[in-house]
Amino acid sequence: MNVAWIKHTFVRLGVLPFLLVIALIVFTLLSGNFLTVNNLVNVARQSTYLMLVAMGQMLALLTGGFDLSVGTILAVTSVVGALAMASLNGAFPDMAWLAITGGILIGFGAGLSIGIINGAGIALFNVSPFMMTLGMASVGFGIALFLTGGIPVYGMPDGFGATFGFARYFGIPAPIYLTALFVVLIYVLLNWTRLGRYLYAVGGNIKAAQLSGIKTSWILFLAYVLCAALTAVSGLLLTARLETGEANIGAAMPLESIAACVIGGVSLRGGVGRLSNVVLGALFIGLVQNGMNLARIDSYLQTVVIGILLILAVVADQARLRLIAEMRD
Amino acid sequence: MLFELKKVSKRFPGVEALSDVDFDLRAGEVHVLFGENGAGKSTLISLISGAEKATSGGMFLRGDSVELGSVHEARQQGINAVFQEFSLVPQLTVEENLFLGSEVTKGSFLDKAEIHRRSVRLLEKLSFPIPLSKRVAYLSRAEQQMVEIAKAFRTEPSILIFDEPTASLTERETDRLFALIGQAKKACVGIIYITHRMGEVRRIGDRITVLRDGRKIATLDAAACSDERLIELMTGRKITQVFPRIKFNPGALFLETRHLTLSSGAARGISLSVRAGEIVGIAGLVGSGKSDTARACFGLEKISSGAVLFLDEDVTGFSPRAMLDRGMFYVPPDRRSEGLMLMRGARENIALPSLSQPCFSGNLFLNRRGETAITRRLAERVDLRPFNLDRELLHYSGGNQQKVMIAKALARDVKLFIFDEPTIGVDVGTRAAIYGFIRDLCEAGAGILLISSDLPEILHLTARVYVMYRGELRAELEGGDIRHDVVLSYFFERDAA
Repeated sequence: MNVAWIKHTFVRLGVLPFLLVIALIVFTLLSGNFLTVNNLVNVARQSTYLMLVAMGQMLALLTGGFDLSVGTILAVTSVVGALAMASLNGAFPDMAWLAITGGILIGFGAGLSIGIINGAGIALFNVSPFMMTLGMASVGFGIALFLTGGIPVYGMPDGFGATFGFARYFGIPAPIYLTALFVVLIYVLLNWTRLGRYLYAVGGNIKAAQLSGIKTSWILFLAYVLCAALTAVSGLLLTARLETGEANIGAAMPLESIAACVIGGVSLRGGVGRLSNVVLGALFIGLVQNGMNLARIDSYLQTVVIGILLILAVVADQARLRLIAEMRD
Repeated sequence: MLFELKKVSKRFPGVEALSDVDFDLRAGEVHVLFGENGAGKSTLISLISGAEKATSGGMFLRGDSVELGSVHEARQQGINAVFQEFSLVPQLTVEENLFLGSEVTKGSFLDKAEIHRRSVRLLEKLSFPIPLSKRVAYLSRAEQQMVEIAKAFRTEPSILIFDEPTASLTERETDRLFALIGQAKKACVGIIYITHRMGEVRRIGDRITVLRDGRKIATLDAAACSDERLIELMTGRKITQVFPRIKFNPGALFLETRHLTLSSGAARGISLSVRAGEIVGIAGLVGSGKSDTARACFGLEKISSGAVLFLDEDVTGFSPRAMLDRGMFYVPPDRRSEGLMLMRGARENIALPSLSQPCFSGNLFLNRRGETAITRRLAERVDLRPFNLDRELLHYSGGNQQKVMIAKALARDVKLFIFDEPTIGVDVGTRAAIYGFIRDLCEAGAGILLISSDLPEILHLTARVYVMYRGELRAELEGGDIRHDVVLSYFFERDAA
């Protein structure tokens, strides 16, 4: 009976609840500091950056594609935003908020433009998402390195980091509020608007979507633009936290964001996925990284663990599909 | 006795697909499996062809107990199946596909010359006109089906299994296939044949086994049993009439094409018209351009010259969305590739073309309560079974998937419906239900354009028929002229007849 219950839970919810429980138990045993309010709030804050990117990645995955350029969108946003902010700050030292607002807008626009190019290539010129976003990843990373010469960008107003990186309201860090806002927005988008339904439809069966009068190329385009927008927000928040603009902050993001989605049960073939599970998937990865830090596991080995977890999640998903096929009543 | 199944059951967790089925096959007979979608026919042949293992019961080949662990093992025992789902690799050529898995080699290298020689001989024997070096992806559905059949005839099988092989074949190709089956019978091959078509049961069946809900209902001599009896056995109830009586009341002109020619050349110089309150058919062979013509009206094919008029408006080259908004709806023939999102539920599928309608969404947000209420009513109307709006459609039978396709068309205000092969691969019960919907729509004043390769469908449902041959209109028939022999006479080359 117990086995049947576990099987049932597995089929219904996927592998994620099991992974979360196992991770909580293991890290609690490994480190006494793990299961404290302070640390868990910390985990939540650290996870927000990935959570935003994973939500964007999810939009691309739902349409049956993916976005490998999220890492460089993060980098370009960070570098361009920081450069703009620093130079505006230098020109108008008395108007810090002008510099901050201008820098945010310019950085966001830079990140978004990569999404626009991705979307145009994929939706209009039928380039495969793999080649298009891989190509743009190279372009974006190159630009970020070229602009900075590989050196971190300093000189942003203090207010930026203080407000968006370190501030706490009622004991909860600012990035969590912002991320929560975006989770709600994307939830509403996916479940309560036509655009959301059309994203699922394009990934579910693009021809059926066309016959149903949906402008599929417009939807595909929007998926990549929205993905870039969420990623750019994440890039700005991360820049505020680091107080520098850096070209190599997003290197692990493509893998981790896809991992968060897949662990959360988003289908790589498109058309299937729930936002709540993606949010939990990102939280889980944050939890594992935090736990491994507390347990003093070498940071190089940590990337090994993340890769293995991703593959295990895919294997588990296949097993789940087989179980579902056997259970079709 | 060539092959026997004794008390065979197959259980999937939570469901018994087959229970205690006895089945036997004699050498040199065509044994037809008959039953509604989901009756267990496919499960039965997947056991015999080695694709699945029985939960209990015994299988006997020429009296000896056999266990078939895989399709490969079954092949070695001489059991070959032609499945509905093509087992061809689209990127490989025809001859590479024919010998896939049993390539002829010289040493450790492929003997391509020998493979070619044998392929030529095989296709000559079958007289299938398929170019051997063409990639399968570029073949038509009918040609792919022929390659699939040729694969089964490549070795000398002792049992051949066909799962609705004629679904995409033309009359002539079907004749050819039946001749081959006749030859195989003479060579003492046992043949298991699944079909939904009564005519085929009559033409080639020796015995018929009827399945219903995973149980064997009866095995009968094909010669000694009437159509009505068969349908009654299959459905468990009496269906007095598959085709409904329809009252036509032609009204305003809805759709008109003027000398329509497509860029692809699939249809040339087509002029036809559809009025309110009538069903107009387009008949013709597979590839005659009948589907292309309808798709062009809905904005799915490029038009090189001519015009499409809908409700007195020139809509030549409009997009599907624009046509939907004007009240035209196209129901495509292929549920899998064009019709449905199989991993989503009935609710989302039914609502998809209509989400822009006020009862489904406001300016900004979806009206999910309205959506659920409307889709629930539609799913009840088409009698979706099992009734669950959020169960993934891939778990439903073909007949129920087709009902969802119909429900999609009913969800918005439509003036002209185009049904493209609306009953392909659907059992008799569902078929009768779908004809019922088409009648109701027509009598309520909608115009209907029915494209079908199923001649009885055309003969019984339409008020007027256009017959197409190789991309051109051959004839327009009306009323008493819509007879089997008359329509068929326009299907083929005139000079040859």
